[in-house]
Amino acid sequence: MAIWLTENSKIIVQGMTGGEGTKHTRRMLASGARVVGGVNARKAGITHEGLPVFGSVKEAMDKTGADVSVVFVPPAFTKDAVMEAIDAEIPLCVVITEGVPVHDSTAFWAHAVAKGNKTRIIGPNCPGIASPGASNAGIIPADITTAGRIGLVSKSGTLTYQLMYELRDFGFSTAVGIGGDPVIGTTHIDALQAFQEDPGTDAIVMIGEIGGDAEERAAAYIEQHVTKPVVAYVAGFTAPEGKTMGHAGAIVSGSAGTAQAKKEALEKVGVRVGKTPSETAQLMREIMQSR
Amino acid sequence: MDLFEHQAKELFADYGIPVPRGIVAKNVEEVRSAADELTGRVVVKAQVKTGGRGKAGGVKVADDAADAVTKAQAILGMDIKGHTVHKVLVEEASAIAEEYYFSFLLDRANRTFLAICSASGGMDIEEVAHTAPEKVAKVPVSALTGVDRAKAREIAVAGGLPEKALDGAAELIEKLWCCFVDEDATLVEVNPMILSADGQVKALDGKVTLDDNAAFRQTDHEALADKSAEDPLEARAKEKDLNYVKLDGDVGIIGNGAGLVMSTLDVVAYAGEQFPGKPSPANFLDIGGGASAEIMAAGLEIILSDPSVKSIFVNVFGGITACDAVANGIVSAFKLLESRGEAVTHPLVVRLDGNNAQLGRQILADAALPRVELVDTMDDAAKRAAELAAVGA
Repeated sequence: MAIWLTENSKIIVQGMTGGEGTKHTRRMLASGARVVGGVNARKAGITHEGLPVFGSVKEAMDKTGADVSVVFVPPAFTKDAVMEAIDAEIPLCVVITEGVPVHDSTAFWAHAVAKGNKTRIIGPNCPGIASPGASNAGIIPADITTAGRIGLVSKSGTLTYQLMYELRDFGFSTAVGIGGDPVIGTTHIDALQAFQEDPGTDAIVMIGEIGGDAEERAAAYIEQHVTKPVVAYVAGFTAPEGKTMGHAGAIVSGSAGTAQAKKEALEKVGVRVGKTPSETAQLMREIMQSR
Repeated sequence: MDLFEHQAKELFADYGIPVPRGIVAKNVEEVRSAADELTGRVVVKAQVKTGGRGKAGGVKVADDAADAVTKAQAILGMDIKGHTVHKVLVEEASAIAEEYYFSFLLDRANRTFLAICSASGGMDIEEVAHTAPEKVAKVPVSALTGVDRAKAREIAVAGGLPEKALDGAAELIEKLWCCFVDEDATLVEVNPMILSADGQVKALDGKVTLDDNAAFRQTDHEALADKSAEDPLEARAKEKDLNYVKLDGDVGIIGNGAGLVMSTLDVVAYAGEQFPGKPSPANFLDIGGGASAEIMAAGLEIILSDPSVKSIFVNVFGGITACDAVANGIVSAFKLLESRGEAVTHPLVVRLDGNNAQLGRQILADAALPRVELVDTMDDAAKRAAELAAVGA
């Protein structure tokens, strides 16, 4: 079992004909994901990587039954691409694109809400979502690990891979990279809720980083609603105040948003927080072995 | 990117927002001529990108040009929360009847914009927000519907602004919204927004943060960057498109992915605690997905030109990036730097995991580069890099 992305998911790629889109469409296909087509209004009708290219998300959905879109279009066009996916009411839209202006992500989020949240948005600036052995929508390497019963939600791509690798002998139900931008579609809380409800997930790894208060809110949610064991890792203890460390959202201003504050909030509700990625993996290992 | 007050006000003026007349001055001569031109009482304001200037003594009223020079002498060169004052804004003094607070900002938690408005503006707004939160109105603003004159007036009323200020405030707020959206700002703050003795609503101060992600469509923003304040190594890294941040320690860090590199900084700092001198990270450097030889060489070059670096830790998890490409990048970078007469003499600890890690390790082992050590895990490698920095390499 998995959350949001299963072996039945049919994936289309917005921006499939571009460099990144082509490369990752190939990788997704190689991993066994059911990629059924691409979208590019200017190249509608052609075949690319053996797949049909459609003029719109709506058309692609009508012709292929697609229910997941992965967005690789450049930042300047991301807002329009996501708006189009929302208008077509595709159930899941995974936005990989990095460098999207925050006014654009705030606009497409508002649009999704106005349309009744029929489309789950993951990202932007994220590695996507992978349900090992079932499907893969985005750029998470498919061969790190196999299917298992750990769920993972993370702001960071490479830390996701690191933890999947450290816990590869247990495997994962689903790993979701929610992205490091200030405004993102799917939050830690959304993933925690889904993992809590997923019968295929026994325990949850949550990876956060400095900036904002998403981890603190996740801690409050865990206290109220999550009964499955959660271990966490927070990056950025030694990051200086006021400097951006690559992720637009990872900036500490004032006292809120520090790694220490997040760690304390999580520990207060019984979540075990690892000091390093390896220690975090060890904590999860102990939980899985005691089951 | 944060703007200086004078830049924020120039931007405001472009949108028709009333601001006092002012002139930027970098030395006392410029202060004197600015005060002469403005005539009468002026305010000398330190230009630093931090709050609390007034309380630190960085804002002074002067009666005339001579007095402005005296005040400026005290302010120029002053340190305010670690920011040195290199320039002041000399501004005509305003006759203030009342002080309000106004800002538009991004509300991350609710994924929307927020207008904050209060009739109790000025230096103590944070105190007011804390002790009397009911006096500070927080009004959500949708990115889709925005702020028109009616909405602006509604916000001003919510903030408790008096009737006599409503027309002026609504006009200012509407224009400020245009500025916020058109300039891709994540914060525009006016504190105080004043009602002058003659009944005008004006922006007496301005704080603006612009979204760097919007640089592709805000091409005039580059000119607003404060090149003088930039760390020289950060400036060089930027020219090479490297995501580099200078830090205070002595272990150079190279990794892939913002989260992993941030984590690497933490792990190195922890490991450093057990060694004499407590070695800590000298920088943040994310080489991203494509770790080509050129990028690796450029990264190593920046790190090696930092005199405080004693050891280097290359921490890569091959996700999309293949570790053999990273290893080849390191080998070529060593050759490239050697051919330029800048041979690497610092110890380099490398940890490779993930995609083609075995192959990558083999390439490095075969190359037998002097002073390069392969360590299996991130924690052990961090410890080794810290140890090497502690022994002074």
